[in-house]
Amino acid sequence: MTIEFNTETFRGDFTYHNSAEAIARFPFPFPEDKYMYSVNIEPHVSFRPGSVYEHPFDVDEHYVSEVADRALVLNEDPLRSQSLPHMNLAGWDLLELLMTNLSESYPQWFELHQDGDRWHWINRPLGIDDTFTFLDNTTLPYGPMEYIMRQTQGDYALLDQRDDNLWMDAGVITTQADWSLDFDIGMNFMEWHGPVPLAHELGVFERALKFLLNLRQGQPVRRLNWTMTVHPRLDTSPENYAKWGVDRATVTPENAGEYMYLRVELQSLWRLPRSNAIVFPIRCYLISLQDLVTIPKWGRRLHRVLRDLPDELADYKGLTMTRPSVLQYLSQFDDGAQTSAGTFPD
Amino acid sequence: MTKSADRTPKIDVRVTQIVDVTSEIKRFRFEPTDGKPLPVFAGGAHVVVEMEDGDTLRRNPYSLMSSPGATDAYNISVRRDPGGRGGSMFMHDRVTVGSLLRLSHPVNLFPIDRRARKHLLFAGGIGITPTLAMMSELARYGDAFELNYAVRSENDGAYLDQLRNTYGKRVSIYRDDQGEQIPLTTLLAAQPLGTHLYVCGPGGMMNWVLSTAEGLGWPAQNLHSERFLAPPSGSPYEVRLAASDLSIKVGPHQSMLEAIEAAGVDAPYLCRGGACGQCETRVISFDGTLLHNDHYLTDDEHAGGQKVMPCVSRFEGRELVLDR
Amino acid sequence: MLVEGIKSRPIYSPLVARTGTLHLFMADGEGAQAILDLATTASPGFFERAHICYIPRAAAGRGFESALQALNPAAFYVGPTVAAALPRLAVELANAHMGTQIYLAGTEGMIGQAMVVALAAGVDQASIQREHRGSEARRVQCVHCKGITEDVTTQPAKCAHCGLMLLVRDHYSRRIGAFQGVCVDAEMPGTAPDPEEAFR
Repeated sequence: MTIEFNTETFRGDFTYHNSAEAIARFPFPFPEDKYMYSVNIEPHVSFRPGSVYEHPFDVDEHYVSEVADRALVLNEDPLRSQSLPHMNLAGWDLLELLMTNLSESYPQWFELHQDGDRWHWINRPLGIDDTFTFLDNTTLPYGPMEYIMRQTQGDYALLDQRDDNLWMDAGVITTQADWSLDFDIGMNFMEWHGPVPLAHELGVFERALKFLLNLRQGQPVRRLNWTMTVHPRLDTSPENYAKWGVDRATVTPENAGEYMYLRVELQSLWRLPRSNAIVFPIRCYLISLQDLVTIPKWGRRLHRVLRDLPDELADYKGLTMTRPSVLQYLSQFDDGAQTSAGTFPD
Repeated sequence: MTKSADRTPKIDVRVTQIVDVTSEIKRFRFEPTDGKPLPVFAGGAHVVVEMEDGDTLRRNPYSLMSSPGATDAYNISVRRDPGGRGGSMFMHDRVTVGSLLRLSHPVNLFPIDRRARKHLLFAGGIGITPTLAMMSELARYGDAFELNYAVRSENDGAYLDQLRNTYGKRVSIYRDDQGEQIPLTTLLAAQPLGTHLYVCGPGGMMNWVLSTAEGLGWPAQNLHSERFLAPPSGSPYEVRLAASDLSIKVGPHQSMLEAIEAAGVDAPYLCRGGACGQCETRVISFDGTLLHNDHYLTDDEHAGGQKVMPCVSRFEGRELVLDR
Repeated sequence: MLVEGIKSRPIYSPLVARTGTLHLFMADGEGAQAILDLATTASPGFFERAHICYIPRAAAGRGFESALQALNPAAFYVGPTVAAALPRLAVELANAHMGTQIYLAGTEGMIGQAMVVALAAGVDQASIQREHRGSEARRVQCVHCKGITEDVTTQPAKCAHCGLMLLVRDHYSRRIGAFQGVCVDAEMPGTAPDPEEAFR
């Protein structure tokens, strides 16, 4: 597969764009015309060549620009990358997981040569060629987690497992859907999900936690989550909410197709071998509504999902103010025809 | 020959070395048959060894005792247990150099707590095996630790010289036949705040160490012990699939879901771990006991007998009819 | 945005005398009464192995100091502020052994800050006893400028540092020892409601 990496921005002039191929492989998250929470976890196995599910860690046309946006965020606010002291080993686990998988999936871009603890890493798209000693922090320019995260799309949280719970004790979080690592670091699974409405009452988190505590090495799982943002802004952090929150008031039925983006997170979960921690990659995909409706099934379905979404959920996802304009825009593309099952285009 | 329908990834290995450690304990070295590196593991991890013993598929968990990070081979130690379910006798009497076995991926139910200011390890008898891997790892990362190891006698104690030579004063060995006893109360009272305790050994020893620590005010969060969970197996049974008009047999080490799949009936699933709810199946009738092992259904639903999660649950009794 | 009923909100319960080799108490204000209540059921000799650190704050002059001293703890210290007392706690914990029990009682702000010190000493949060007494005033971190505003009693509340009007959520960070404050009128600047007393 050959990809040209886009030159684009996720702030300011927002030049982010999806090619026709990127639209076709967008991970549309709704298998039916309605949405409610569920423990929608499935094995993270390779599926549909060309799709975002082909490789364990998807690298797409936005890679180079996303990494550049992450560097901007970390420069402005180093608290977006934090690791409690006991999580250093998990950081090395993560570095190993990514380097081995990326070099297997994309040998044209990434190479890893291991000679005992002496590792040689080449990242061609970013022009990186480094040699370091595995498990020796002093041989890398950053801690192991931050080093590899500065070369990776998507946010990653590292979860320590103890006392029958998972603890978010490290992470690099720069493309988040309105939650703060700096505030949440050190919380357990129930605590960091505290602000999510309805799901606690449905027992969703209890079941998910029990499942994850038993997650096995070599058997990663995945799920999709979604929300919407105004503009293709990756950094919708609570830290900067006072800056991006105002965008919501600018959305009208006329500009919703251009301004509003469906934001889908491909989340996977992996047991790490050395630390027994779990790594939780949260990979974000963005698509404008005007691009999304070029797939007729998706335009129809998104209209129905948003129309029937419970108010508490719409509020949690920050849609209360923009939903009327979005619905008015999307209604043009919903002729009432039946949609086929599953998430892929017809 | 029982064929496993278990779809979790497995590792095929060849036994390349068997060493008599004591009169009762043998050490086995496993190397992957495909020559690829084995998965990395951490101190405290175990693998489930599958043994095809005639018509019986045995599955026994054994702690990995090699150095974590070594991916060319795994080592386990097995104590001969004539009163056990038969796995250790099979390993001792039937497995030879060159034998082919199948392993699960490593699982760690006894991990090191990396927040600890110090790691205080206790081992009794064959319980030394996870401790060996843990110490190798702690030493590599420069963490503070000490081991207190109780054995019956110098001859019955496994790896005594190796431990003394490698770790010196960080290891204290107590020999029953010499009247040596772990000075538990003194030892526990002297530990700095933030110490974590790990114990693996005979049940009586584990209870003694854990209850003494609790009595001295050690919080439960600082106490760790190895507890092997039995694999989710049981007696074989029959299930009637009403919608498919089929009767199927579920083997002792097979899940109901695997048996349904083996019969060619398409059944939905996602997690195969009793959590997601995808494989939920309606029970039409049953005469016996449903053995619910899932985390998905509520206690009331378990008691109600209307639903079952075939990925992990089992049945004992005369007849079970499912809407599948 | 979910404001109340968030599961990260700490749960407090009455202090109970536990088995231990050393009992470290830290209390502020009316938290002293929690220690005095525990004393009524503690076994004889319990306070011979207890250290009490007390910051009177708003409860000064109500006789708590003398009542605590009358328990005859092995060590007794009255501090002027929580900030002044925390380094003392840190040193005590650095010298402590397993079997030490930690008891915190008083305002949420003090409890949160003492928890931060105890966690840094390698103590698991679940093994620390916490009893909330006295003012419901909150310690709030502004998620935007990261400044901490002490003794917040209103909803919304003005950040003492960047001046944004903050919605105070039940979302609580044990590591920071504070509740989360989020700009209440980010979507429509200037539309913040007037502050009303919410945490007495």
